[in-house]
Amino acid sequence: MSEPKKHTKPDTEAAVQKQINRRNFISFTTFTVLGVAAYGGWRKLYTSPIETLGITGEAHKPLRRALNKSELFFRNFFSNNHLVKTYPKSMAAKVVRKNTSIGADSRLDAANWRLQVKRISGEVLNITIDEIKALPKTDLVFDFKCVEGWDQIQHWGGVRFSDFVEHFGLHPETKLDYVGMETPDKGYYVGLDMASAMHPQTILAYEMNGLPIPVPHGAPLRLIIPVKYGIKNLKRIGTISFSNRRPHDYWAEQGYDYYSGL
Amino acid sequence: MKTIKEKHSLVMRWTHWVNFPILTVMIWSGMLIYWANDEYKITIFGHTYVRFFPDWFYNLLHIPARLAEGMAFHFLFMWFFTLNGIFYVGYTIISGAWRELVPQKKSWKEAWLVLLHDLHIRKMAPPQNKYNAAQRIAYTAIIVMGIGSVITGLAIYKPVQFYYLTWLCGGYHFARIIHFALTLGYVFFFVVHVVQVIIAGWNNFRSVISGFEVVNEKPKTATKE
Repeated sequence: MSEPKKHTKPDTEAAVQKQINRRNFISFTTFTVLGVAAYGGWRKLYTSPIETLGITGEAHKPLRRALNKSELFFRNFFSNNHLVKTYPKSMAAKVVRKNTSIGADSRLDAANWRLQVKRISGEVLNITIDEIKALPKTDLVFDFKCVEGWDQIQHWGGVRFSDFVEHFGLHPETKLDYVGMETPDKGYYVGLDMASAMHPQTILAYEMNGLPIPVPHGAPLRLIIPVKYGIKNLKRIGTISFSNRRPHDYWAEQGYDYYSGL
Repeated sequence: MKTIKEKHSLVMRWTHWVNFPILTVMIWSGMLIYWANDEYKITIFGHTYVRFFPDWFYNLLHIPARLAEGMAFHFLFMWFFTLNGIFYVGYTIISGAWRELVPQKKSWKEAWLVLLHDLHIRKMAPPQNKYNAAQRIAYTAIIVMGIGSVITGLAIYKPVQFYYLTWLCGGYHFARIIHFALTLGYVFFFVVHVVQVIIAGWNNFRSVISGFEVVNEKPKTATKE
């Protein structure tokens, strides 16, 4: 009678130890295998090929796919009712920050400058700055946001892109998906989804702090689009075109998100 | 006699270890982004004590001039970070595991006693279950911080579409500061956490991988037999 009892104790103790060993083995093996797999996956992503230069460039292929997928997801939240916060004019910076003049660093031939609008019919509108200034003016004091991470409250004035479209009868063009804008020398160019371009706070600006825009800031006409990072706010607009395909975009070619929406 | 005492659920262990590399990538890619406008420093009475970050630090980690790459990584891994967090928080709420985690009324007082004990000032630690009072506060805080990172992150990622979040975070500029400060918090947490885990020893560490601890129970069972 007492014999089996003597046996049970070491047996249970051994059984417990066996179970401890078994569970340790399973969990640590799983942990190691998953850890190695995760590291392998990371190395694969980190060394994944760079996309071939097209409309976008310079990004790792899987990361570009992720940027485009994230764009699709966050586009669902876009609304013309979502407005950038505006401020009183007194809060606008007197010294307006400027990062680059790519595409707008040559001498400006103000007298001969025309805004070229390429219609889908093939017709090209040549619009003078005075024609644009004759349209209803919109002032906007908002927090300009650079992709680098800085922001500054700035005061811009000009015509709403949607008012501009209205006046020049560009409704057929707005049925397309994208707007492309370029500097006259084609040194800088941006592509914008139509919804963002038609947002009520997107303006073709000719004034900064109530005065004509200085040359380094994009005279005579520049884009101010608060639903995008600064990289999309093209200076010295030369041509505007429309397309169902993404127009080429200066910074998207250099690894940045095409959408760059805020 | 040795017995197995269940400690951590599989979901807790899974999300813990999945979070670790994801958060590492988020912090690293965050630094690639931050470098492009590295304006934060700690200045007291006109003297700058810490500048985030010194050049040797950037160069050591190959941070400079990788903004676009940083954003691309950041905006992929943000999904994993958020989904993993939702999974953990959802599980913790539904399973009732939050009862062992969230600070209780007495935790705030007890946490002091735990601290004094850990610093070898006090001999006795207050009795505890799964987590002691200081752990309850720290581990709950880190979850709240994680939620804070997602909210401040969204506030600076889409400040126009999610304007209410940006407003909630005190504006775009301030949201970016909070987002950065929370990251410093993770690094601080990590250092303390690792030291504590080392001090706590193997049995404790093993429980976050295997799920159980081994405890020596008085052989009461023998008399029952």
